[in-house]
Amino acid sequence: MAFKNEGDQQAYWKENLSLLFKLLIVWFVVSFGAGILFVEQLNQIQFFGFKLGFWFAQQGAIYVFVVLIFVYMKLMNDMDKKYGVEEE
Amino acid sequence: MDVQTLTFLIVGASFLLYIAIAIWARAGTTNEFYVAGGGVPPVLNGMATAADWMSAASFISMAGLISFMGYDGAVYLLGWTGGYVLLALCLAPYLRKFGKFTVPDFIGDRYYSQTARTVAVFCAIFVCFTYVAGQMRGVGVVFSRFLEVDIITGVVIGMGIVFFYTVLGGMKGITYTQVAQYCVLIFAYLVPAVFISMMVTGHILPQTGFGATLVDGSGVYLLEKLDGLSTELGFNEYTSGTKSMTDVFAITFALMVGTAGLPHVIVRFFTVPKVRDARKSAGWALAFIAILYTTAPSLAAFARVNMIETINGPQATGTSYAEAPSWIKNWEKTGLIEHTDKNGDGKMFYSGDERNEMKIDRDIMVLANPEIANLPAWVIALVAAGGVAAALSTSAGLLLVISTSVSHDLLKRNFMPDITDKKELLAARIAAGVAILIAGYFGVNPPGFVGQVVAFAFGLAAASFFPAIIMGIFSKRMNDKGAVSGMISGIVFTAAYIVYFKFVSPELNTPDNWFLGISPEGIGSIGMLVNFAVAFAVFKFTPDAPQEIQDLVESIRFPQGSGEASSH
Repeated sequence: MAFKNEGDQQAYWKENLSLLFKLLIVWFVVSFGAGILFVEQLNQIQFFGFKLGFWFAQQGAIYVFVVLIFVYMKLMNDMDKKYGVEEE
Repeated sequence: MDVQTLTFLIVGASFLLYIAIAIWARAGTTNEFYVAGGGVPPVLNGMATAADWMSAASFISMAGLISFMGYDGAVYLLGWTGGYVLLALCLAPYLRKFGKFTVPDFIGDRYYSQTARTVAVFCAIFVCFTYVAGQMRGVGVVFSRFLEVDIITGVVIGMGIVFFYTVLGGMKGITYTQVAQYCVLIFAYLVPAVFISMMVTGHILPQTGFGATLVDGSGVYLLEKLDGLSTELGFNEYTSGTKSMTDVFAITFALMVGTAGLPHVIVRFFTVPKVRDARKSAGWALAFIAILYTTAPSLAAFARVNMIETINGPQATGTSYAEAPSWIKNWEKTGLIEHTDKNGDGKMFYSGDERNEMKIDRDIMVLANPEIANLPAWVIALVAAGGVAAALSTSAGLLLVISTSVSHDLLKRNFMPDITDKKELLAARIAAGVAILIAGYFGVNPPGFVGQVVAFAFGLAAASFFPAIIMGIFSKRMNDKGAVSGMISGIVFTAAYIVYFKFVSPELNTPDNWFLGISPEGIGSIGMLVNFAVAFAVFKFTPDAPQEIQDLVESIRFPQGSGEASSH
């Protein structure tokens, strides 16, 4: 057992799932939300030469995706250290 | 020098580079052949993953598709990038910790079932073959257009190169060749995009040029202009689509989940040394992919404006066919552009209504773009090399999965458990060789349904692998019966729906007849739900997974103690 005790192991997994859930909400909101479900409403807003909804669908969401993965990497690596389960 | 000589030189030089890398990185053990010894640095692995992922379709066809679809093109842009978020957050680190060679390996061991393993092997092989046939065809098209050799010669040359470095180098050879191929393809994609962006909007970055005003001094935004042109010519407004919202949602979702479930993508995360590296590598992979995927929609818009203006002329009354630019004549020879002078005025006119006199295949947009914009000959040659790099890198990745599935999952894990490492390696090489021959055959004689079966690849990956792997990690009590019945019902449902609308009754393939208004391209998302639902229903009435499996699942949930990927 790599964890100090079973409680730690459960806490680690719970914290992991909650981080996952938060990041997936952002993932859903920028792509399915802004780019698809609310595209008409956002298209009323002008963003430089784009309609905002169109920009999210063809540009914006992709940038957010990249950022999400790096944020996840950073936070998970920190969490591993906190619980002492990082790799040597 | 003319375009053709330059193309020979540039494509030839890129081939020499790939071969040199293959010789330097040849594989000596099954571990090196399957997962490159698990020692690829994460940034390089990210680059290789990006090249593996971006196929001839991404490079050659995607911008063209978007150019004709406008807003609806977002299904590909979002679908084929958003899947990486799922992959990075929900799959890659855990599968790396699990530490096996293949996706069927994980499914077979996690669900302690040879049936599960076998179902997974056949799905993997089917998905990969579907995909690879299209790649070889891409190589053929590029060769026949730019080097004016016939498609067969083009495919044979492509097969020869892939054969050489896949069979010799395995995953190790492929990975380092893919790094080189990524550099070639991204450079080849960006150079014309930057040129055209500067010509049309004065912006160096196509991503900002996309939202900028035109350089003609009118102060009109590019997209405004495009919306105006589209409506005048009887097309739909560029920035709004024609598909229903439900369908856009379903297709995007199916492509995302399918991407995360594709075996040749997943296997790339077995090649890095640590779990930490798998997380990092996924981030880099998506960053490298995003460079092309954010350029593509810009390129699509530039190309559309350029094409309409070249054909219809500045007054939008049409231009003389006799004085048509050379790219129109060149592409007419391949049958991908056709002109019928309906009103007999000797002019060409392109529109979305009855005035239209042009038939333009969307696949040519990226390849013809440099010619349409009058870019120098070396740029055209570079695009050809990029197209070939994209097709070769993806084929190699797919062929490796096919060969691994045969030598490792079928032979070693099913029929011949006592096979030695040397013999297994030989079997892997033979399987790769045979797979290349079959792929080449489909490249030369493409079954008429290649276009249709792409929906299959994603639909099946979405409806089979993705739920099975997710449940395998996040539900530690999920058992073999649940997973197997889930996979089978997901596949049967998805396959039946696609076969019905694509092959049995294609005439019924209209939104009115679709289930909930979801097209066959998007049905994988429902297939995935079916898989989850059936799996949990069966699980309710059958015993939990045994304790040692539950312990195994606990152990892949944290990074510490990840070893090398191994077969034991």
